[in-house]
Amino acid sequence: MDSSQVNNRKTRIKTFLLRYIRNYALEDDSDIFGGGLVNSLFAMQLITFLEKEFAITIENRDLKLDNFRTVNAMADLIERKS
Amino acid sequence: MGIQLSEHQKKDQAAFREFVNKEIIPHANKYDSEERLPDELLVKVARQGYSGAILPEQFGGRAMDYITYGLLNEELGRGCASVRGFMMMQNMVALTLLKWGSEEQKERWLGKIASGQIIAAFALTEPEIGSDAMHIETTFTDADNETYMVNGHKKWITLGQIADLFLVFGKRRGKLSAVLMEKDTPGLTITPLTGMLGLRASMLAELHFDNSPVTKENLVGRVGFGFVPVGITALNLGRYSIAWGCLGIGQACLDACIDHTSTRKQFGDYLKNHQLIQKMIADMTVNLKAGRLLSYHAGHMQEMGDQDAIMEIMVAKYFTSKMAFKIASDAVQIHGASGCSHDSAVQRHLRDAKIMEIIEGTSQIHQIKIADYAYREYAG
Repeated sequence: MDSSQVNNRKTRIKTFLLRYIRNYALEDDSDIFGGGLVNSLFAMQLITFLEKEFAITIENRDLKLDNFRTVNAMADLIERKS
Repeated sequence: MGIQLSEHQKKDQAAFREFVNKEIIPHANKYDSEERLPDELLVKVARQGYSGAILPEQFGGRAMDYITYGLLNEELGRGCASVRGFMMMQNMVALTLLKWGSEEQKERWLGKIASGQIIAAFALTEPEIGSDAMHIETTFTDADNETYMVNGHKKWITLGQIADLFLVFGKRRGKLSAVLMEKDTPGLTITPLTGMLGLRASMLAELHFDNSPVTKENLVGRVGFGFVPVGITALNLGRYSIAWGCLGIGQACLDACIDHTSTRKQFGDYLKNHQLIQKMIADMTVNLKAGRLLSYHAGHMQEMGDQDAIMEIMVAKYFTSKMAFKIASDAVQIHGASGCSHDSAVQRHLRDAKIMEIIEGTSQIHQIKIADYAYREYAG
């Protein structure tokens, strides 16, 4: 995976997150759960977004908060499942 | 964007309608007054493939798309909200296991749910916890390395009286989690709840867990993921089912009003020729059409896997549940004294419609979430 593809994924994730987390300086390593930035419905929307946008299936074994905590972590998860 | 059913969907809709007209509507008031659904009806529902409507064929399901599943809910809701609730509950638990269950759990339970061999129930609500699900008090503690000990109390559990398998929500070291529990688990006491306002044939129960052991292989999802995504997967399908079920309630009431006002005369003329009656019929018609459009839209987005489907489903459920209650209330008004009789279907629909504004998220919780969605979507 070259860096441009990784950056493209991160950009798409950040675009989605910023629809919800407005007026926030979101970095690739910002902890979106630690800051209380998202609620339960949005967490569910995030899973649905990742599945559709990147054509992956989030499974039982992927349910670890560290897989979704930051943009970097989500990009890594997508890479592993692609 | 056009909304048009495929030939296959039309065929399924006609089959659903025929089943409801023949097997459910003639008996629905009896189910309501006796506060139970007969075993033979539940067998018929399962034989139609409705208990596994949303499941893939590999697990014995009908593999319905979300629009077809919506049509099924509308037709069952037109006949009896409790029967629709039965079908909904089977699919809520089945979909949740399909998505978040282990391979062993899928193999063990999904075929049995789809075939009607077992009845499943969703045990989230507690005496002190309704909307505030994150603060449920049931606990899963370690009995040993292989077993959780479940302690707590659930209430208003649909089908609790007859369920074989419960999806139970509780806290594991403070983190919301979910486990499967069979009805004959030691320490589980099931107490029927009767005399409810509506959905009276839903066979509600209270569940008491007193050191009820569950092996850890019954954990659904992972510890800490009991509400998101496990619980929300079920609730999202439940809200979608209710939205369409409310269309069924509304349609049943409108149909009854069209019939009644076309045959009953007052002041020397049919009721349908009185303008205040026409106003109520017009409002019913318009609101039903609006609710149907919202439900189709939500179904389309769910089918597409769109991340906003969960919110569009909340919009549809909020609107259609309020709509159903208003239509049913007007239907009783139009029917007058006969609409208040236990023989009348519209009084049952009115009582059932009220419940729809409460279950799977109250209208007030929906308003809060929808307003939050609006500020997110429309703020400059």
